[in-house]
Amino acid sequence: MEFVQLTTMQKDVLREIGNIGAGNAASSLSILLNKKIEMKVPSVRIAGFDEIMELTGGSENTIVCLLFRIQGEAPGTVYLIFTIEEAEYFVRELTNDPGFTLLQSEQENEIALSALQEIGNIVTGSYLTALSDFTNINMQPSVPYLGIDMAGAVLTVGLLELSQVSDYAIVINTEISHDGTNQGIQGNFFLLPDPESFAKIFDALGINDYE
Amino acid sequence: MNETGLVVKVGIADLKVVQVPDLIRTSGLGSCVGVIVYDSSKKIAGLSHILLPDSALAKQAKLNVYKYADTAIPYLINLLLERGARKYALKAKLAGGAQMFQLSSGSDIMRIGPRNVEAVEKQLAELKIPVVASDVGGNAGRTIEFDPETSQLKIRQVNKKEFYI
Repeated sequence: MEFVQLTTMQKDVLREIGNIGAGNAASSLSILLNKKIEMKVPSVRIAGFDEIMELTGGSENTIVCLLFRIQGEAPGTVYLIFTIEEAEYFVRELTNDPGFTLLQSEQENEIALSALQEIGNIVTGSYLTALSDFTNINMQPSVPYLGIDMAGAVLTVGLLELSQVSDYAIVINTEISHDGTNQGIQGNFFLLPDPESFAKIFDALGINDYE
Repeated sequence: MNETGLVVKVGIADLKVVQVPDLIRTSGLGSCVGVIVYDSSKKIAGLSHILLPDSALAKQAKLNVYKYADTAIPYLINLLLERGARKYALKAKLAGGAQMFQLSSGSDIMRIGPRNVEAVEKQLAELKIPVVASDVGGNAGRTIEFDPETSQLKIRQVNKKEFYI
């Protein structure tokens, strides 16, 4: 299925999916950090591969991302994306190590990496649970894969399945943020369903007017 | 290095050709492979950012020739020849083809980095274009920039010093 356009109805449904998933995820994060977390209205867009990289500040920009493959009836890929500073903030909060830096340290800090993976697990787990409940489609996250590298390099992985079918991806992007101080948290959820999953999602929600 | 040159950017599954004084660049290569084909005395170079190894994988009505190793490389060579490069003088440099995540699901698509490199090398061998330098594999992203003036390929990785091949 090559998608060039979505109907307003389809866009609404996908936006709602982003909303429910990220809403749930934001609450988990809020409990984990004991801080207020806010989320923006999700955006649904059909984007070329280069545009997707632009959403995270360009393909050369270094990001911290947690990748999960969704297994089950509607496979796809979820990314939870942070900047380096945000990821460091998380680790400092969770490990009580205020001097922690991600890239400078000589050897990998196992506790820090494991803390990040655990954040990913909890947050993405709640994202997918909400999605799964809403659509009544079975979706299981894989173990988290942590990547700290150029956006282009890590995000391409999630586009490979789809790139065999199309030059565009449907990105359901939700920003979560922590208001107040400067050292706030801003994260992005990218949900990239595999091409065959759209029909299943739309079917499950009773929308049949896709091409 | 030069004041007047532009840096021409090549996107994902894209392909472009430049001449001195311009430089050509593509960023964030992960499993993708950046192939530079150049004629060093004519000072002309082309860069192709290859996403997938084989157009037989395509399930697309309208094939994007820039995306696959087996279609993009011949296209790039033709473009270079049209712009005045000489077939016998063409050489290639490669970078990319990393494996960004050690995904456990056995899907073949997850080994795409090494497969891209193999496919590119095979295409270049068939077209009798020697690969004079390459920096492939590993598990880190790369940004590359080629200067047709010096035929040097600059490679940048996160948290590493830039180097030339």
